[in-house]
Amino acid sequence: MSAYVAVLIRVIAFIVLAPLLGGLLSGIDRKITARMQGRKGPSVLQPFYDVIKLINKETLSIGRMQYLYMFCFLAFIIFTGSCFFAGLDILLVFFVLTTAVMFFVLAASFPNSPFSRMGAMRELAQMLAYEPMVLLAAVGFYKATGTFAVNDIARQDVSAIIYLPGIFIGFVYILTIKFRKSPFDISTSHHAHQEMVKGITTELSGGMFAILEISHWYENIMLLGVVALFVINSHWWSIPLAILVCFIVYFIEILIDNTSARVKWKLMLSSAWAVTFILGTVNLLILQYLF
Amino acid sequence: MAKISKSPWLLHYDGSSCNGCDIEVLACLTPVYDVERFGIINTGNPKHADILLITGGINTQNKQVVEQIYSQMPNPKVVVAVGICACNGGVFKDCYNILGGADKVIPVDVYVPGCAARPESIIDGVVKALDILEKKREV
Repeated sequence: MSAYVAVLIRVIAFIVLAPLLGGLLSGIDRKITARMQGRKGPSVLQPFYDVIKLINKETLSIGRMQYLYMFCFLAFIIFTGSCFFAGLDILLVFFVLTTAVMFFVLAASFPNSPFSRMGAMRELAQMLAYEPMVLLAAVGFYKATGTFAVNDIARQDVSAIIYLPGIFIGFVYILTIKFRKSPFDISTSHHAHQEMVKGITTELSGGMFAILEISHWYENIMLLGVVALFVINSHWWSIPLAILVCFIVYFIEILIDNTSARVKWKLMLSSAWAVTFILGTVNLLILQYLF
Repeated sequence: MAKISKSPWLLHYDGSSCNGCDIEVLACLTPVYDVERFGIINTGNPKHADILLITGGINTQNKQVVEQIYSQMPNPKVVVAVGICACNGGVFKDCYNILGGADKVIPVDVYVPGCAARPESIIDGVVKALDILEKKREV
C-alpha cells in the first residue's frame, strides 16, 4: 500500500512542481543567455509574467479543434511525465511523448497558414532526427540494467551512464532538438530571427500559446528527468549528482544555443542520425559482446 | 495578478522609412539599451504581439499590409509611431505616393518624434504605451 502512496506523491509532485521548476529554469535560461551576450536580461520570473499575460489576452483561432489539439498536447505531456516519475515502463513514456508531439503537429497543421504548416513539417523532420536516439536510449537502459521499468533502472548498484556513455552523449545531442535550441531550432524559435514568422507556433495566440509554454515546462523537466536517470543508482549521493549533471547539461545546451547558427533540416537529420549510429549503435554493440 | 505591462512583446513594421529609425529600434535590443530587461521581446508574429512599432510613412502599397498586421494582433494592443515619418509623413509628406503618418490607416496611441528617433525616446514611448495597454486591458 505504501508503495502506491509513494508513487501517488511523486506523480502529484510532478504535476504541481514541474511547471514551477520548468518556468524558473526557462527564466534562468534567459538570464544566462542575456549575460552571455553582455546584457542585463529579464527577471528570472519573466516566463511566468509572459504566461499570465498570454492567458489574459484575446485568443484568435479559426476553429475549436485547435483548442482540443493543444489541450491534448498538454494532457499527454503531463501523462508521459507522470508515467516517468511514477516509475513505469520507459518505452511507454517515450511512445506517449511522441503521441503528444503529434497533437502539437496537428494543432499547427489545422489552420490554413503556410508558415504554420511549414513549421509542422519541420517539426516532423525534427522528430525523424531525434526518435532513433530516444528509442536506442530505451534499448540501452534495458541492455545495461535488464529492465525497462524506470523504478528498477534507478535502483541499480551502478549508474547506467557507466555502461552507456555513448548513448548519454547521443541523448544530450538530440536534447538540443527537443529543447528547441540553436542550431536545431528549425521548427520554431524563441527569437525573432525566424525565416518563416514563428514557424509551428505562428497560429497560436493568447491562451493557446500559454498552453504551449506550460507544456514545454513539463516536457523540459521530464527530459531532464531522463538525463538524471542515466546517473541515479541505489546510493543516496547519486541524487545530488544527478541534479548537478542536469544543470551541467542544461548549461551546455544554453552555451551551444548562443554560439551556433541555425542549420538546414538536412544537416540536422544527417548529423543526428550519424551521432545515433556511431555513438548509440557502437555503445550497444560493446554492451552486447564485451559484457 | 501580474500586469500585462510586465511582458510586452513588440512587432516592428518598417513602412517607407529611410531605415534610420529601424536601426535605432534594433539598437534598443543591443547590450547598451537591452529592452529585454523590461520583459520586452521583439517578436516577428502579429499574433504574439502586444505593441506595434511603426517606422516610416504610409504609402499606397503598404496601406493594406499595415491594416492587416493590425487586424491580426489580439486585443488588447497599442500602436507606437516611431520617428517623424510615422507620425505625419515627415520630409516625404508631399510625395505623390505617401498618404501620411501611420494614423491615416490605424489608430496610433503614442507618437515618438525625431529624425531618427533616439533609442532613449523609443524606450520612453514604449513605456508610455504600456500604461495605455494596461488601461485598455482594464476596459
